[in-house]
Amino acid sequence: MKHPEQRALLLRRLRQFFDERGFLEVETPLLADEVIPELHIEPFSVVESRDSTRRNRWLQASPELHMKRLLSAGAKAIYQITRSFRASEQGPLHRREFTIVEWYRTGDSMDAGMQLLDDLCQTLLETKPAKRTSYAEAFQKHLEFCPHTATAKQLAEHAAAHAIAVPEGMDAENCDEWLNLLLAMKIEPQLGRDAPGILHSYPASQAVLAKIATDKNGTNIAERFELYWHGIELANGYHELTDAAELRQRFIQVNQQRQQDGRQSLPLPKSLLTAMEQGLPNCAGCALGFDRLLMLAVGAKSIDEVVAFRSD
Amino acid sequence: MASYSTNEFKKGLKVQIDGVPYQMVEMNFRKPGKGTALYECKLKNLIRGTVTDRTYRAGQSLEAADVSEFTAQYLYRQGESFVFMDNSDYEQYELSGEQVGEGAGFLKEGMDCQLVVYNNNPIAVTLPNHVVLQVEYCEPTAKGNTATNVSKPVKLETGAEIGAPAFINIGDWLRVDTRTQEYIERTKEPE
Repeated sequence: MKHPEQRALLLRRLRQFFDERGFLEVETPLLADEVIPELHIEPFSVVESRDSTRRNRWLQASPELHMKRLLSAGAKAIYQITRSFRASEQGPLHRREFTIVEWYRTGDSMDAGMQLLDDLCQTLLETKPAKRTSYAEAFQKHLEFCPHTATAKQLAEHAAAHAIAVPEGMDAENCDEWLNLLLAMKIEPQLGRDAPGILHSYPASQAVLAKIATDKNGTNIAERFELYWHGIELANGYHELTDAAELRQRFIQVNQQRQQDGRQSLPLPKSLLTAMEQGLPNCAGCALGFDRLLMLAVGAKSIDEVVAFRSD
Repeated sequence: MASYSTNEFKKGLKVQIDGVPYQMVEMNFRKPGKGTALYECKLKNLIRGTVTDRTYRAGQSLEAADVSEFTAQYLYRQGESFVFMDNSDYEQYELSGEQVGEGAGFLKEGMDCQLVVYNNNPIAVTLPNHVVLQVEYCEPTAKGNTATNVSKPVKLETGAEIGAPAFINIGDWLRVDTRTQEYIERTKEPE
């Protein structure tokens, strides 16, 4: 491990950052009966065998489920530095097991959520104030079209015009697949050059667990934001969806899509839905990849450079 | 037929697409935001040697290619084909001039090469990077010309013609890089 002191120091400064702002550090289960069903995140399933009974549990892909249960139970501002597990994610910027920093504060809007993330980067990475760009502005600036109104056919034409290779197996009818591809190939590498870039107000179809709002042009957008620094995606945040019925609908859609893709559908996280029915306060939350934060702090090019043990 | 799904993709994997064997020479995992994981691959066509970029969405798979590589000795040329022998089981394999490619002019009887076999058929051969060969013919050296940067064509015992310094004479032994087909140095006769 090349940077053990920097890792320890960054962890201390991170805790100090949240402690100074009145956040409470919490711990939640890594192994649990439920997991949040996400379209493109594969959780690890763990089998417990005892006598003749076998039982499946999940390694958490983020601490979100349990942290939201804490908010429902009355927590106001909480953070956690823990491990998360995502199957099949392995590359220069990904590890199946990685360190995640996740925080929530009640009363925060998307704007307040973005400000807190910006403050964190300014404090820990000594960056200039982040530059905020809406999803629509970014597409207008770099690709000169509106991502909210383009059809799948038009998006395919834009991709062809920029000589982007279409991945084998891509669903050509799915606008979000095209948008993700164009974003990854043409916009992300441009984000966060002189100062961190925060991309916000995603298409409503990419809300995941964010609230949907209407922008000044009357377009439905997701109150979701992502921070990039030197082209690397560092954090993802939401003005959190608090409506249990809508969340249940979104989980069902995720499972339908997963089944269409030939992937396993995941059980609805009842404990979270029940907690939300009882009331999740208005809040913003954010998850940040700690290994990537350390990479950026020390100028490393891959996560392998900043961890003690490589994984293949 | 065995296949590899995207989460098994890695450098060195041998796969086939439309009946053509490829080796994965680079693989990069990318996962933008909350989007689909993408596997960006560089695939080397094991027959032509060309490299193609392909990107696969998570959940795709590629057929495994039954490709093996082993050391084989070059035996002789028979008309338009080249005959090699597997050093471990003495099986003989015949390759066409096209399959041998530009290396043909550097092949010497008894030379150990790497033979690539796909579905039991030989498809390509890789020569040693450096070989030592004798000069069969070149123009005589002009008197007093000791410059090493002057190049002249020399014909090697195996048929290839390469550029070599002016001081080289018929019967000299040259070390040659088979990848670039360039002269490296004059050397002594191999034992």
